[in-house]
Amino acid sequence: MASMNNPHAPLPPEGAQSAPSGGRAARINDPHASLPPEGAQSAPSGGRAARINDPHASLPPEGAQSAPSGGRAARMKLVLVGNGMAGMRTLEELLKSAPDLYDITVFGDEPHPNYNRIMLSPVLAGEQTVEQIILNPRDWYAENGITLHTGKKIVKIDRKRRFVEADDGTRADYDRMLLATGSKPFVLPVPGADLAGVVGFRDIADVDAMIDASANYKHAVVIGGGLLGLEAANGLKLRGMEVSVVHIGDWLLERQLDEPAARLLQKSLEEKGLKFLLKKQTAEISGGSLTSGPSPDGGGVGEREQRVHSVKFKDGEEIPADLVVMAVGIRPNTALAESAGLYCNRGLVVNDTMQTYDPRIYAVGECVSHRGIAYGLVAPLFEQAKVCANHLAEHGVAQYGGSMTSTKLKVTGIDLFSAGNFMGGKGLEEIVFQDVGRGSYKKLVLKDNKLAGAVLYGDTLDGTWYFELMRDATDVSDFRDKLLFGRHHLGDSGAGGGAGDELSRVMALPDTTEICGCNGVCKGDIIKAVREKKLFTLDEVRAHTKASGSCGSCTGLVETILAATVGGDYSVAPSKKPLCNCTEYTHDEVRSAIVENKLKSLPETMRFMDWKTPDGCTKCRPALNYYLLCAWPTEYQDDAQSRYINERAHGNIQKDGSYSVVPRMWGGLTNPKELRAIADVAEKFNVPQMKVTGGQRIDLFGIKKEDLPAMWKDLSDAGFVSGHAYGKALRTVKTCVGSEWCRFGTQDSTGLGVKLEQLTWGSWMPHKYKLAVSGCPRNCAEATIKDFGVVCVDSGYELHVGGNGGIKVRVTDLLTKVETEEQVMEYTAAFAQLYREEAHYLERTAPWVERVGLAHIKSKVVEDEANRKVLAERFAISQKPAQVDPWKARAEGEQKHEFTPITVSA
Amino acid sequence: MNENWLEIGHLEDIPRQGARVIKTPAGEIAVFRTVDDEVFALRDKCPHKGGPLSQGIVHGKKVACPLHDWKINLDTGLAVAPDVGCAARYPVKVENGQVSLSLTPSSAGIPAGELA
Repeated sequence: MASMNNPHAPLPPEGAQSAPSGGRAARINDPHASLPPEGAQSAPSGGRAARINDPHASLPPEGAQSAPSGGRAARMKLVLVGNGMAGMRTLEELLKSAPDLYDITVFGDEPHPNYNRIMLSPVLAGEQTVEQIILNPRDWYAENGITLHTGKKIVKIDRKRRFVEADDGTRADYDRMLLATGSKPFVLPVPGADLAGVVGFRDIADVDAMIDASANYKHAVVIGGGLLGLEAANGLKLRGMEVSVVHIGDWLLERQLDEPAARLLQKSLEEKGLKFLLKKQTAEISGGSLTSGPSPDGGGVGEREQRVHSVKFKDGEEIPADLVVMAVGIRPNTALAESAGLYCNRGLVVNDTMQTYDPRIYAVGECVSHRGIAYGLVAPLFEQAKVCANHLAEHGVAQYGGSMTSTKLKVTGIDLFSAGNFMGGKGLEEIVFQDVGRGSYKKLVLKDNKLAGAVLYGDTLDGTWYFELMRDATDVSDFRDKLLFGRHHLGDSGAGGGAGDELSRVMALPDTTEICGCNGVCKGDIIKAVREKKLFTLDEVRAHTKASGSCGSCTGLVETILAATVGGDYSVAPSKKPLCNCTEYTHDEVRSAIVENKLKSLPETMRFMDWKTPDGCTKCRPALNYYLLCAWPTEYQDDAQSRYINERAHGNIQKDGSYSVVPRMWGGLTNPKELRAIADVAEKFNVPQMKVTGGQRIDLFGIKKEDLPAMWKDLSDAGFVSGHAYGKALRTVKTCVGSEWCRFGTQDSTGLGVKLEQLTWGSWMPHKYKLAVSGCPRNCAEATIKDFGVVCVDSGYELHVGGNGGIKVRVTDLLTKVETEEQVMEYTAAFAQLYREEAHYLERTAPWVERVGLAHIKSKVVEDEANRKVLAERFAISQKPAQVDPWKARAEGEQKHEFTPITVSA
Repeated sequence: MNENWLEIGHLEDIPRQGARVIKTPAGEIAVFRTVDDEVFALRDKCPHKGGPLSQGIVHGKKVACPLHDWKINLDTGLAVAPDVGCAARYPVKVENGQVSLSLTPSSAGIPAGELA
């Protein structure tokens, strides 16, 4: 009873029932609202079909249509072939969004439940056990109603009658199938490759065989100097074997490293006792009767089989070998798919929705070829899993556009990172740092002042940051000189970085070191949560520990700890960052859709862009509200319920639920009459504390919410307007004394400050926005740590942008110098408008300037006079409706319900 | 179970995707209205640090505490995992557009709708 849709509510019943959005649209003063609801609905789906490049989209399986979400009785059948990481991650994502859509059956040919294949290296090295790397124990399958068949290999897919059959005859019908058969180690076609003692490095059985061999034999030869080969070699060495690594290339890891970095790596691995045979081609693996030690295959049937005893090379050299690990590469395992007639070309070919040429069959993971690329790292596979789950869940929105990958080597004590085009070449520039003595090497490859690739050896803490710069195509020209030295040398704006400058230094910190100062999270807390809760991503760590969830300045540190704890490439940022979990689209994509498609309300935007939640979340609602307000300043009706409480209540909420009130004092100037009025108000409402703010205003604390309108009335009567000290908005214009009084002052900084505040007050911004005007280069108003700072000089005015105090102080960049106050006003408006239109919601000017580059801002505001005038004009247009004092309006009764509690007596 | 229903006002008095604070002899209670006009009542105190839930953003059947962004399920009063905590729930009903509240808290763990 409590929750109901009341037909007798005095709303127009259609509004309440048919679609809440319908009711909203009616209230919004929107010329397009007169469209019939069907119009609104057909538009997005039309848009979607056009956006998704999916040749199969028009052929949904019948099951999808005949069994809508309500059909609990007849659920569709989903069969997953391949119990590995990619397939299981897809199921986990699917269960999150559509837990009741399918009856799920999983087949795996290994006898184990799903485990973390990446962690086989630490298991081999003896740093972890098999139990520790199990991701989903058998109980998990049972709890989620999943039928699990382990140790059963699917040998047949009947696509006509839609069933699969395992090697033991087990059959399962499907409405949809997910193929995640992974990859197989590539075995060199040389004589002796099938001898006992020749293994791959792919699964738990391989690791068991290697551990066994290490207990009984001496000589190990690893063929292949790639990531897997080196990790295998390191593990076998730690288990006491003499290990030689054979590699055909000129240097190790040639797909991940350039030669100088590879030489450093080889040197440190040699110091660990590994031997390397480079530029060697294997000709033959020779066997003999069992030479030394007892039979390693303890469970064997006692057959006398031929075991490897040496490896011969094409140059005639021969070395002893009791164990040969083939690690020359992997091949997508497509045998099953091919036998079922699915189109394969160096992998099972899928489209951007992870669908194969049979629309009922999806595929993810290492078996897949997407746009001609088969990925072998986990981060892309997880991105594929997310997209695939979205389509299996019938949301039909997500698309996979390929991944940018980066590499880390999981050999304890060796830190290396590489990503992108690190070899350089024509049209590319390189920045290199090399310190052989310290074992440190860094190479950054730039193209058109954007980072195209990176190799780091020894000090890899900034790997994540470089990867983000690559992903976001950030213009680095403004900090190119410091780029090589890492994020923390930028003195940047709280966007990340950390206290340490080496991975090893971070990992050497004691567990009690506080990593996240905002939420009081220590290093040990993070490691514990990652291990116990099996966390993979930064988002998960944030959700469970709150670390880096507030100001974000410790993000780099948290990622480093995550990567070091779970190993490898888990922490790598996705190639595209959605606005929030309600959508697949980025801030920029959402903004341009709003403008291009003339979306003018929140429900309309969410419908058009296929939002995954009915009415968004605390991240997207305020962002969309701002984007709509910015795009349609004179038409959009602000949605109070999508604003954070401070902006809804026009005061700052304090920890006890009371509010603080800051009246605007233009340019920081005041007089006895104003001060007396503030004092009277403070006494009348028993204000427990008053304080002068950093922005030169007076703050009244401890105000009960219900008293706010009455207090505002008194302040309004005395001539005050809201100081917007609570908003993502223009806050204050701070000034120094200036030429009127100061013996050093060059211009009237207070007078200019008042004019700038009158120009900009009331404007909503992506984040808080502060101005300052200093009367001379002594800069007493601290204009060079403001979003927009004016420093007066004898010959005119310097305009500085992109500064802030806060967690990471960032000093402004000089935008330009102008001669008149009128020019200052025009530039102030134009820069503010560019920021309003281009920055992401909750992105301050400092990270925005760093992201888009000062050159870009200069080109729009300084160099293009016409554009500057257009920007200033758009600012002026949006200021007209914005410069209405919200306090006065509320003192006169607007939004009355917000401030009036309902009182009942029992 | 017998509740003493107190009329607190009209459905329209509560903003959609918003809340009203009800001052009662039993303390402050927040009454929420979701985007599809479901109505829920919780003690106006976040289980985390006591923040006033009535001031938070209502989305789906959840409210985000304005102090530290904990998400609380409106139908159970339970914090959304991985956070752990519970805000007391109160029975609330809407009849002919009239919203009534009972000051006897619902028992823990049972969705509010099943009590009313």
